Parts: sequence; C-alpha cells; structure tokens
Amino acid sequence: MLGKLTLDALPFYSWVAMGGAGLIVFGGFAVVALITWFGLWRYLWTEWLTSVDHKRVGIMYIVLALVMLLRGFIDAIMMRAQQAFALNSDGYLPPDHFDQIFSSHGTIMIFFMAMPFLSGLINVIMPQQIGARDVAFPFLNSLSLWLSAAGAALVMISLVLGTFSTAGWTGYPPYSGIAHNPSVGVDYWIWAILVSGVGTTLTGINFVVTILKRRAPGMKLMRMPLFTWTAFCSSLLMIFAFPALTVVVSMLALDRIFGLHFFTNADGGNMMNYINLFWIWGHPEVYILILPAFGVFSEVVATFSRKRLFGYTSLVIATMAIGLLSFTVWLHHFFTMGSSASVNAFFGIATMVIAVPTGVKVFDWLLTMFRGRIEFPPPMLWTLGFIVTFVIGGVTGVLLALPPVDYLMHNTTFLVAHFHNMIIPGVLFGFLAGYMYWFPKMFGFTLDARWGARSFWCWIIGFYLAFMPLYLLGFMGMPRRLEQYNVPEWQPYLIVAALGAVVILGGIACLIIQLAVSIRTRHERRDLTGDPWDGRTLEWMTASPPAPYNFAVLPQVESIDAFHEMKKQGKADQRPQHYSDIELPRSTAAGVLLGALAFLLGFAVVWHIWWLAIAALAAIVGTVIARSFDDDCEFVLPAEEVERTETRHHQLRQAAARWAADSARDQTADSPALQEQTP
Amino acid sequence: MTVQDRVHSPEEGAAQGGAYEERTLGFWLYMLSDAVIFALLFATYLVMAGNIAGAPSPQSQFSLTHAFGETLLLLTSSLTFGLASLAQKANRPRLLQAFLLVTFLLGLGFVLMELVEFQGMIAAGAGPDQSGALSSFFVLVGTHGLHVSVGLLWILVMMSQVALKGLTAPVSSRLARLGLFWHFLDIIWVGIFSVVYLPGVLE
Repeated sequence: MLGKLTLDALPFYSWVAMGGAGLIVFGGFAVVALITWFGLWRYLWTEWLTSVDHKRVGIMYIVLALVMLLRGFIDAIMMRAQQAFALNSDGYLPPDHFDQIFSSHGTIMIFFMAMPFLSGLINVIMPQQIGARDVAFPFLNSLSLWLSAAGAALVMISLVLGTFSTAGWTGYPPYSGIAHNPSVGVDYWIWAILVSGVGTTLTGINFVVTILKRRAPGMKLMRMPLFTWTAFCSSLLMIFAFPALTVVVSMLALDRIFGLHFFTNADGGNMMNYINLFWIWGHPEVYILILPAFGVFSEVVATFSRKRLFGYTSLVIATMAIGLLSFTVWLHHFFTMGSSASVNAFFGIATMVIAVPTGVKVFDWLLTMFRGRIEFPPPMLWTLGFIVTFVIGGVTGVLLALPPVDYLMHNTTFLVAHFHNMIIPGVLFGFLAGYMYWFPKMFGFTLDARWGARSFWCWIIGFYLAFMPLYLLGFMGMPRRLEQYNVPEWQPYLIVAALGAVVILGGIACLIIQLAVSIRTRHERRDLTGDPWDGRTLEWMTASPPAPYNFAVLPQVESIDAFHEMKKQGKADQRPQHYSDIELPRSTAAGVLLGALAFLLGFAVVWHIWWLAIAALAAIVGTVIARSFDDDCEFVLPAEEVERTETRHHQLRQAAARWAADSARDQTADSPALQEQTP
Repeated sequence: MTVQDRVHSPEEGAAQGGAYEERTLGFWLYMLSDAVIFALLFATYLVMAGNIAGAPSPQSQFSLTHAFGETLLLLTSSLTFGLASLAQKANRPRLLQAFLLVTFLLGLGFVLMELVEFQGMIAAGAGPDQSGALSSFFVLVGTHGLHVSVGLLWILVMMSQVALKGLTAPVSSRLARLGLFWHFLDIIWVGIFSVVYLPGVLE
C-alpha cells in the first residue's frame, strides 16, 4: 500500500536530523496556523496562489528563493561547524548526515535558490522593461512556478520522511546507483530535479517568446535594456541545456528503478557518459545563473552612475558570445577523466577564451562609472563588491582551466573556493542587488538603506573569511566534502572559514531586519512616483506597484534608455485622451493543482507507491486535457476602470513631484551655505 | 513617447492574431528542446551500442521487415495528417475527422508493432536490463514510442474538440501544432530507422 514507506523513514538516526525534521514540521504548522488565525486563506488563494500575473508569479518565485536561501545557508554553516571541530574526532554529525547536508546544500542553492530567484526577477521586471503587459504564456508561467515549488517541497520533505541524497549535488554514478545507494535519498534528488527542470524549460520558452513577440512598438532588439538581453540569452540556454539534465537524470532513475545499465559498474554501463551529459547541462547552467545577474549589475551601474551604459553593443555581443561558448567547455569539469592531451587542451583553451567576453563586461562596467556621478545605495554596493571579488574568482578559474593544474587541484577545497567565488558575488550579490533595486517596484516602498549596507558588509567580509582559507587549504591538498580529518595544520584555516560563515549569518540577519524595518516604516518610504531611483528603463515608467496591465497605453520607444529619453524630452507623464479596454489573463487553479500533483507523483515514485504514482499521472494528464478545453482564459478590464486607476496614479505622481520640489526649496532656504552658493 | 489617441492601436489589434503566432513559436522552441533530448539519446545509443556485456546485441534482434512495417505505418500516418490539414484549411470538419481517425489508427498500429517487438526481445532474453547496449536501445526507441502515444492521445482530444467546438480559431491553432508535433516524430523515426535499424541489419 505504501511501497517502501514505513516508520523507519522517520529520522531517528541522529538528533540533529530529528531537530531539522521537527523544525520543518513545526514551521509548516506555524505557517498554516498563522494564515488561518489571520483568515488569509481566501486572500492567498485568489490573489496569489492562483494568480497568473507575471509580477505576482515573480514575487512568489523570490519568496521561494529567499526561504530556500535560509535552508541552504543552515546546511552551509552546519558543514563549516563540523569541519572546524572534526580534527581527529567525529564532530557532531554522523558521516551519513554530513553527506546529506553537502548534497542538499548544493542542490538547494542551485536549483531552489538561484533558479527561482532569477526566474522571479526576470518575471517581475523583463515584461515591464520591454513595455509588455504580461509574459506570452501566463498560465505556463504559473505552472513553472508551482513545478519549482513542488521540487523544493520534495527536498524539504526528505528531511522528515527518509533521507536526502548522499551523492553530492552532481550525483555521480556508480555511487548514486542502486547498488551502492539503495536508500531513497538519490531518488528524492532525482525527482526534485526532474519536476523543477520541466518547469525551467517551460520558463525558458515563455521568456524567449515574450521577448521576441511582446516588445512595445519601437523596442528594437538593440534598444532592449541589458537585463532583458541577459534574460533572453539565459532563457535560450534553459531551452537548450535543460533537456540534457532531464535525459541524464531520467537515465539514472531508470537504472535505479528498472535495473537498466546506463551507468552501472558492470553489464556494459558507461559512467563517464553520465558525467558528460550532466556537464553538457551543468556548464551552460553556470551562465544561466550568472548572465541575469550581469544584467542586474548593468542596470544598477548605469542608474547610479547617472550615465548611459558604456559599450552597450559590446555588452550585448559579449553576452551572446558567452552563451554560445558555454556549450564548448563542459569537459573542463572532468579533465581527470583521462581524455587525450589534445582533447583536454582544446577544452582548456575554450575555457580561457570565455574569460575574454567576461573581461569585456568588467571593463564596460568600470568605464560606465568613469566620470559618472556615482551614488552608493545598497544595489551599487553589491555591484562594486561583485566586480572586485568576481575578478579574483575569474583568475582562479583561468588557473583551473589549465589541465595540468587541474590534475593537482580537482576535488580539493581550491575548487570549492573557486566556484563559490564565482557564484556568491556573481549570482547571489547580483540577485540581492536586483532585489534591493526593484523592491520598490514590486511593493511600492523602498528598502532601508542602512540595513542593506550592513548586510552587504557582513556578506562580503564573511565571504572573504569563509573562502580565502579554502583556497589555501586546496593548495595544502585538502579534499572537498571531508567529514573528519587528521591533519592538524588544516584546522586553523577551517576555524577562520567557520567564522566567515558566522559573519555571513550576520549578513542574512541584516537582510531579515532590513525587511522588517522597511515594512514597519513603509508609510515614510512610499514610492509614489514609480521611479524612486531616477531610472532609465521602461520598468520605472509604471506605477509602484504596477497596475495589473503595467501600461495603460503601450509606450512608443525611440532609443535605448527609453524612459530616460522621455523624461529628458518632458514626455514621461503625458496622458492619452482616451483609454481602451484591456484584455488580461484570468486566474486559474490549474497551475497550483498541477504542481501539487507533480509533487505527489515524485513522492510516490521515490517510495515506490505505484498506485499513487499512476493516479497522480492520470490526474495530471486529465487536468492538462481539461485545461485545453478552456478557451475563455481572459477577461476584459473596462476602459473606465483603467482610466480611474491611471488618474489616481497620475495625481499621486503630481503630488509627489510638488512635494519633492517644496522640500528641495525648504532645504535650500534652511541651509545658509547653500543659499550663499546659489546666485 | 508619443502617447497617441489609439482606441484600436495596431499592436493591440495584432495581439489577438499574435497570440496564436506566439503559441506556434513557443511550440517550435519546445520541439527544439525535445530535439536535444533525442540528440542525446542518439549519442548515448551510438556510444553504448557495443556494450553488450554477454547479452544478445540489439542488432541481433532486429527484423528488417518489422522495422519496415513500422516505418510504413508512421510515414503513411504523416501523409494522412497532411491530408487532414488540407481538410482543415478547406473547412471540411467531417473529412478532417475522418483523416484524423485514419492517422490515429495508423499511429496506434505503429505503437502496437513496437510493443510486439519489445515484447519479443524481452522474451528472447534481450530486455533493457540485460546490458548497457539494450538499455540505450530501449530508451531511445521507447522515448519515441512514448511521444507517439502522447500524440495519439492528443489526436483523440483534438477530435473531440473539433466535434464539440467546431473549427474555431483556438482549435485550428491547436491542430496546426499537433501537425507539427506529428511530422516532427516522423523525422525522428527516420533518424532511428537509419541510425539504429539499417546499420544493425546491414552488419
């Protein structure tokens, strides 16, 4: 009846694991209880869970990402704590539990933190940047979100029922095969990735079609903001790279469930084929993550340098070149496979070539700042921290691109330090910059700058403390993923690294405090204009938060930095004589329902509960067919209502402008120094 | 921005027709992504076809007549789907339904023949769990067969939509995408026939 699922699935094997399970169960109950207490179920269901509005979907993605960031970070600090103490001792984690933690840390940070974060930011901002009212396929968008959430839920429930994979986030066979790993952990990993991977492929298709088909009149490709360009490139990579992950993980699942021999040690399996297929996805994935962050940095650096982005065309070309090259370097993840020297040399050189367009980008950002009037709000701090830190990571990457060096360094903490050095500043700093930059657009009030700056300083100092020692440990020959060790020279470095993790914990605490403080003081920090930073691109033209349709009349674009040009020409706040009806997508429960069914399907297959798996699959097919019969997925927002909304927004904007002018005059009057300077 | 007085602006008028165009583009992108899946399955088969590990080789199990029969069914079904599309263009729903039915039957015949082949191989001790070569064969050909089965279900859904809703704009646009899908699977089969069966039989 319940397949392999018995009471043994409960985590009685370690106190720490039981604590984690308790936290999940208790946290889940607490959330449900709070929502019920405040009577928010109906509001949540109608306004959020069933919403297909790209802004709402995007915000839900970001919430998912931030929650999973917490979970992934708890894993990280647990590993650092273990390694700080585990010299000639067992530490506080049993080996099996430690292995689960490093596996779930990587899986969560890549698939359920970084991916939702970037899908969320692109969702909220990209349609507004190109002057569109929504993405091309709003229902598919909601479906993608709920498939990602279903994958994340599978990872989370593995804390309570059963175990998670111990095979690392890459799940290399034969260790991840059924012969060496008979528990359900690897299956949780497989199904979490499969379910969310389908969602990601759909997201990629959705964004590409949106960008190609929904641009406002005059928004030529070479007038698109750079964030949209990077979103475009990243989405193309999703479409072409994610199938490889689907294939390789499905094959592993078939090996495990039906005893096939794709990657087994005997019977004609080919383990290196797994590693090839995995990294054919895995390397482009690095750029899927990092390119949108490059886009955020490009927007932020132009806005806060008060200058047009330097080298727009070169940035676009560099982005697309990186996208193309990302498919030519996958073998550098396994130079030690034993390919011939010429094969390794080819991939080594291709890897170094990628550093060229990336270097072009760094110079473009620097030259954007050159002679600009630079301001330093938190988004800009993240950007500056990124540029400096990322260059260090890039240099160590070029080091690792040399096959002979890689033979010495592979699987040491040098590698761990290198990719964290790329991904934390390159991806996470970018997304946090985007979060703080676009937060007023999402919610209508700005985030507190002081706590944002504190968070930044904790993160960057913590980052250096946590990862620079790992470079040195790598030189000293320390392998990654060690649960315990007997080399006393390593311990001081590991203690420093653990302290770094504590400082990063401070950075996360500052993020939470920043959110709490900003919500409490939201009335003082309202953004009435929709344009709190004096922005340059079209997303700042809408209200904050935008009306469901974003633009009452589609904007006419005449150049890059379209909104900046409009403001310069005094056309930014012109009102049309008439408003027309606007068609908008109708909310639907199908997305959240399909997500729930996909979760059930994954859960059932993990535990071999075949009747449930078949029932869930049948329900998925049935729901999709039923949905295909529904041709009435849109509703019309009448012109009068559009006009009312727009008029209110216009009045607020006018009032804000008057108030800003008044307070500027008052300040001038109050300050004698300024008065003297003013002729 | 020149905010013009556009009650029915051209781009908003185009949005309706544009919606179907968007869906078609999206579907092409999906097929590209699916093509990558097949490309990797082909590559895996080519890499692993020699890994027979003491089990019968996949090639030893092929029958040219059987594969030819499957090919004939599937290629003919592509022809009948083409005829169905012509009937759709001519706005003749009954003829359209008839051709869809024929396509369905041909496709069903193909899937059944494939199942017979699989069943025979498993009975002969050449099942997918016997060797890496057989795993890669079954998963490549089986993935295609699964796609055809989904296509069959889709044909049934579209036949009932045509019957219930008539040839409305959304139904027609879905039929067009189903056509793309069906012909796409045909092309994949031509690849399977020439990469898997022909060299296997010629050896």
